[in-house]
Amino acid sequence: MERTALDLWVGAFVLAGLAALAILAFKVGNLSSYNVSESYQLKANFTNIGGLKPTAGVRSAGVLIGRVTDIKLDANRYEAEVTMSIDKRYQFPKDTLISILTSGLLGEQYIGLKPGADDEMLKDKDMIKQSRSAMVLEDLIGQFVAGKAESAK
Amino acid sequence: MPLIRSMRNIGHRSVDTIWRIGFAARFFVLILLNSGMSFRRFHLTVRELFFTGVMSLIIILVAGLFVGVVLGLQGYETLKSYGSESALGTLVALSLVRELGPVLAALLFASRAGSAMTAEIGLMKATEQIAAMEMMAVNPIARVVAPRFWAGVISMPLLAAMFSAVGVFGGYLVGVVFIGVDEGSFWSQMQSSVDFQHDIMNGVLKSFVFGVAVTVISLFEGFDAPPTAEGVSGATTRTVVQSSVVVLLLDVVLTAIMFRGI
Repeated sequence: MERTALDLWVGAFVLAGLAALAILAFKVGNLSSYNVSESYQLKANFTNIGGLKPTAGVRSAGVLIGRVTDIKLDANRYEAEVTMSIDKRYQFPKDTLISILTSGLLGEQYIGLKPGADDEMLKDKDMIKQSRSAMVLEDLIGQFVAGKAESAK
Repeated sequence: MPLIRSMRNIGHRSVDTIWRIGFAARFFVLILLNSGMSFRRFHLTVRELFFTGVMSLIIILVAGLFVGVVLGLQGYETLKSYGSESALGTLVALSLVRELGPVLAALLFASRAGSAMTAEIGLMKATEQIAAMEMMAVNPIARVVAPRFWAGVISMPLLAAMFSAVGVFGGYLVGVVFIGVDEGSFWSQMQSSVDFQHDIMNGVLKSFVFGVAVTVISLFEGFDAPPTAEGVSGATTRTVVQSSVVVLLLDVVLTAIMFRGI
């Protein structure tokens, strides 16, 4: 085959391959929701995080505003320490309530922020004081069963 | 003594296998050392890209579409019984991007392009073209083998990406267009669970590793084939069998390293 035709075919092949990769990145994957805008870090302690994972969403009023970047166990207090990166456009008051919520009954877990009324705003690397842990289904069932036994007496 | 004879047989085979693995490793290093020409005279590599990449396109695209359609049908059947049909997009995309795209594309690549490479080089050896090149002081590894290696390594990730993309389209076609899963939740659930670095880039890395493995095996088998018609046919068969086994084995290892479920 002539060399120019060969070059043309190979060029089309490479472009098609790169286009497929771009489709995977933007249409199938979450590259389009990766924040290129600046972000700041917030931390919070939870007594139980349930099934929360890194890269889980952080939402306020249902709007995605950031992601969980790191989860580790605070060895002094035996609590989970969750680090999040939040879009810099959104600032939250000091007395914001942070809770772990579930989308649907058994769906994915995410973090919800409920702003308070304080005048001072949270700054980079601040710790959110008020936290509510994940709802663990087994605990709920356990409490329910114990309550039943109590009332039957 | 039959016992001693069989023991000797096992020993002979083990030594032979290890010797071949070592030989293939040295061959791989030799390719890397002699790959200057494949970039200086890039049209050599472009020519091989045409035969390994462009010629494999049709089988990759058709197979990808079919795999996506089957995943859509089977996934829907299973997810329906849990009432979570909207997770169909996640199921199709994750299984294609993480596993089926790289692995199936590599298997198809081994049988479509790898076997052709082995047969071509084996026949070149049988008709003494390789020996003739050496006589003319042309290094056959730099002139014949290295361009094919780089063509395979470049085209494999591209083919795997196309396989996955077409497969997702197949899943969309059967799930959303024919069965009627909600289009919005199909894409949004997919996007919220497929991570670019963790899933897509790991898939690309996998296909790159498979590309290296398949092309090295094909080229080595071709270069090592006995210069007879029988030898070339045996080498071609070995290429397909060994590449498939090595790809699946490497997949186990890579998956264990990449997706430990953190």
